[in-house]
Amino acid sequence: MNQLMIKFMADLQAGLVVTLGASIITLIFSLLFGTLLAIGQLSKYSWLRKLATIYVEFFKNIPLLVVAMFFFIVVPLYFIPINGFTAGVLGLILYTTAFIAETIRTGLLSIPKGQKEAGQSTGLRESEIMREIILPQAFRVVLPALGNQFVDLIKNSSILAVVAAGDLMYHGDLIASNTFQTLDTYLLIGLMYLSLTLPLSYLMRYLEMRLAWGYQPKRFSLKLSQLEWRKKSSRKELINNETVRSLHLD
Amino acid sequence: MRLLEAYTWINIRFLLEGLWVTVQVALVAISFSFILGIVLGVLRHIKVPIIHNVLTLTIDIIRNLPLMLHIFIAYFALPQIGIRLNVFWAAIAALTVFESAMISEIVRAGLKSVPKGQIEAGQSTGLNTMQIYGEIVLPQAIKTMLPALVSQFISLIKDSSLATMIALPDLTHHAKVIYSQNTQAVLPIYLAMAVLYFIICYGLSRFSKKLETAY
Repeated sequence: MNQLMIKFMADLQAGLVVTLGASIITLIFSLLFGTLLAIGQLSKYSWLRKLATIYVEFFKNIPLLVVAMFFFIVVPLYFIPINGFTAGVLGLILYTTAFIAETIRTGLLSIPKGQKEAGQSTGLRESEIMREIILPQAFRVVLPALGNQFVDLIKNSSILAVVAAGDLMYHGDLIASNTFQTLDTYLLIGLMYLSLTLPLSYLMRYLEMRLAWGYQPKRFSLKLSQLEWRKKSSRKELINNETVRSLHLD
Repeated sequence: MRLLEAYTWINIRFLLEGLWVTVQVALVAISFSFILGIVLGVLRHIKVPIIHNVLTLTIDIIRNLPLMLHIFIAYFALPQIGIRLNVFWAAIAALTVFESAMISEIVRAGLKSVPKGQIEAGQSTGLNTMQIYGEIVLPQAIKTMLPALVSQFISLIKDSSLATMIALPDLTHHAKVIYSQNTQAVLPIYLAMAVLYFIICYGLSRFSKKLETAY
């Protein structure tokens, strides 16, 4: 494994850069589109709600591979030729947007109505209320969930190997078929993926713990005795309630 | 109307054969990973000192690797240590390992939602651990777990499309076979494939919504 690593260092580095780059580009765009879509899903216009919901339901229910294949196979044939990287990233963006929209929607729903009403009574415009009051709070609530989406995204970016975009998985596949040392190669690739995803997912678990402690939007009606009981019980218990809830909302 | 010409009976039957393989793989992987996931989730909830730590680390590692890597390891790397699986079972093995790690996390979170008093009550009645989990805790936890479980199963069905990388003759692979023979067929066959996946996954998610309201 050591020899492999030394021999193919340049390839592996290039792959790592492509994987990370594609993930970050996708994250930026799908955060943007996902936020818009989540706002659309909760808008007062029914056509906008329907449109956003159709988008989310559609992309949540077809495989990522199928989405990526659309850009890799169908688009070049009928419309414009695009390279593998663009095709893969476009597919990733469309797919991830649906999941991020769903996550942010749950965050928006968790903000008490009073916040919006307070904004209205202060004379803020609708867009200002969303931008200045509701979204910042919603982002805080869903930050761990978004982080987990990013971990998923890094894992999903291995789809780039299918469209020959030169990511980590693609290079791993090449090395494996060149050297025939499949086990070593894949373990090495696995370690490199873990070095990206594992710290991130532990960080998110930690954040989940911290945020669950400081901010509990749906527990305003707790009685004092319950609150005291909660203080005594370990933090872990709270986190896991939080996890259960977020699992639900997913 | 040239687009519609691709929908001949032969092509559709070939696609449906692929769909049947997808469904078979998904069903077997779902049942294996459901059982394994519950066992692992319960084991992690019991918190036996060393086993608990080892399990947690292993599951974290499995969860944080891309599924495609699991599939490649199952099909290309395992033969190096003497385990030979055919395409069908390699796909099932990879899916089972990956998804049971995911499901164990869901089960663990679900078990946490059951108040501790339930376990203590079971213990004081003299039930053993198997009985406590099998008859008291799990039936209560399954209600909270159900939505997350079904969405995990849906993502299993979607993820099974990745097995086309090792040439599992599933829906995606059969579609690929058809349109690589004839460029005219690309769009119609692609659409048919997407629609078939959508029908299965969306149907399942509708069904789970129904179950939720029924409970």
